[in-house]
Amino acid sequence: MISDLLRIEGLRVYYYTRDGVVMAVDNVDLFMKKGETIGLVGESGSGKSTLGRAILRLVPPPGRIISGKIVFDGLNLTELSEEEMRKIRGKRISMVFQDPMTSLDPLMKIGDHIVETIMAHETLTREEAEEKAIKLLEQVGIRSERFMDYPHQFSGGMRQRVGIALALALNPDLVIADEPTSSLDVIVQFQILDLMKELKNLYGMGMILITHDISIIPGIADKVALMYAGQLVEFADAKSFFNEPLHPYGKALLESIPNIQHSDQKLKYIPGNPPDLINPPKGCRFSPRCPYATEKCREEEPPTIMVGHHRLVKCFQY
Amino acid sequence: MTSLRVYIIRRILLSIPMLLILLSVVFVVLRVAGDPVSAMLGGHAPISEIERIRKQLGLDKPLYIQYLNYLMNLAHFDLGRSMIWGQRPVLDEILEHFPATLELSISAFTFSILLGVFTGVFSARRRNKPADHAIRLYGIITYSIFIPWFGLVLQLIFGVYLGWLPISGRSDPRMAPEIITGLYVLDSILTMNLPGLIDSIRHLILPTVTLGIYLSGIYTRLTRTHMIDILQSDFIRAARARGLPERTIIYKHALKNAFIPILTMMGLQFALLLAGAVLTETTFSWPGMGYFLYERISYRDFTTIQGTIVFIATLIVLISLIVDIIYVYIDPRIRY
Repeated sequence: MISDLLRIEGLRVYYYTRDGVVMAVDNVDLFMKKGETIGLVGESGSGKSTLGRAILRLVPPPGRIISGKIVFDGLNLTELSEEEMRKIRGKRISMVFQDPMTSLDPLMKIGDHIVETIMAHETLTREEAEEKAIKLLEQVGIRSERFMDYPHQFSGGMRQRVGIALALALNPDLVIADEPTSSLDVIVQFQILDLMKELKNLYGMGMILITHDISIIPGIADKVALMYAGQLVEFADAKSFFNEPLHPYGKALLESIPNIQHSDQKLKYIPGNPPDLINPPKGCRFSPRCPYATEKCREEEPPTIMVGHHRLVKCFQY
Repeated sequence: MTSLRVYIIRRILLSIPMLLILLSVVFVVLRVAGDPVSAMLGGHAPISEIERIRKQLGLDKPLYIQYLNYLMNLAHFDLGRSMIWGQRPVLDEILEHFPATLELSISAFTFSILLGVFTGVFSARRRNKPADHAIRLYGIITYSIFIPWFGLVLQLIFGVYLGWLPISGRSDPRMAPEIITGLYVLDSILTMNLPGLIDSIRHLILPTVTLGIYLSGIYTRLTRTHMIDILQSDFIRAARARGLPERTIIYKHALKNAFIPILTMMGLQFALLLAGAVLTETTFSWPGMGYFLYERISYRDFTTIQGTIVFIATLIVLISLIVDIIYVYIDPRIRY
């Protein structure tokens, strides 16, 4: 337990909208060790991004953390003051954002973004911070001459490299990457993922990789956390998950990855729509779309069961 | 930067036809309204006297000759002479009154922007809370305020009842500074005249507040809207995630980005500022261009009115050009 970098217990994050309460994250438990990478997978609206933001306590209003603990390196983040939390953001836990086109200040030079971040957390002179920033940019593959350029002078992939440099600027213990490659084209996607893998080995930080694209998980994540309708439905190490997913939703997801070796096969998909999180289905939330669902699934919420070693699944089948 | 120069030249050339149209409209409208000689001499002057003065002022010639003469002179930057009293050159009269207007404008403009931006940011950060509703109401009320009425209220409260501030003029004649630039505050500083400085500032306060509050409403609303937008944008969320202090996020990142539309409005508002200055100056007997123009309109002093309007229009064209140039320095994405 001591070696846990992050332990989330019973976390609930609700959005209080005009139409009702959206239970975006509903009673989620998650734990990760130092240096581990977790792939947090789920479809749009499954609450994965909200979970990522909740760790930094940056859930946008009208969202609020209702209950639960987020223990990071022994500190319960939900109890910290805003100023204590600010000191953790960017320094000990940092974030890479989905859309690199909009996550940089258009009126600020690339280099100044990094310098500003470093100087917000460390007492360095501007020259020292600049030197550090140039090193960081070179590390993510951006030449130092581009230090003085503005975001609009960079391509999406290059901007995401800047985003990564920003996330690593203060050598954090945990990086939350929220769909870091989703808005990039496929070739650049792979370059960015390779860069992230490389830097992860270099810096040894833990990472939560949030994605809706389950196919990018193998090779980068040690574990897979599968979310559905605000709940964690399966948590397993990546190898065993891809060998044999336990939750019916996981099975259906893996089957829906197109296989180019059998291109004559019809593309599989999961029938039905993601549930409404204001009025989630009774019982198991996946039951309306689940081929194995029984009467019990539609009435009662399944418990989270430990299967084998540290493998969790929220389903009556086990 | 050469393309910027081309842009500036093109803008200046484009403003010439615009000024010409404005000028022609003013020329015609004024002559439809009546003639200066009867305004000058009253209704009972002998016809021979009226004819003599009309001839002297060139008003006996056909309209198109008057028009062409006027344009010819203007092409030589000659605004002509006033049609009443001493018949002084119009440009001299304008330059004599302009510093007073400039001083009031700078002061009211600065006040309105500071007040508008500050209340707008304050309001945006407390969105949908009571303070926000109060400030939004403030924005609507001030935008629709009638300057002479508002000025009168302030004069009554601070001048008459409380007796704190002077209610008219630019300075106490005994304390007026030696004129260098014509801006009394600046002149007092340059001549190290402390009583003169205090006196000029005291005279500036009420007109500044009147005009400044009137102009601030639109900045309040604009700043609020854009700050709310920008505070929800990705790069602000990213800045928070980088652990930047809230002050840096609000003032360095959010406000700088929100400032671009505010700058646009500043350029557009400049015309309103001058219009407001006319009303403010007449309310506070402030001897500026507005007060002067108002006075000359009642005398139908054609040349002076035309000259003043050309002067003001040129000023507005210049200001909007300057605003366009400032964009380049604030927003690196803009290139001409």
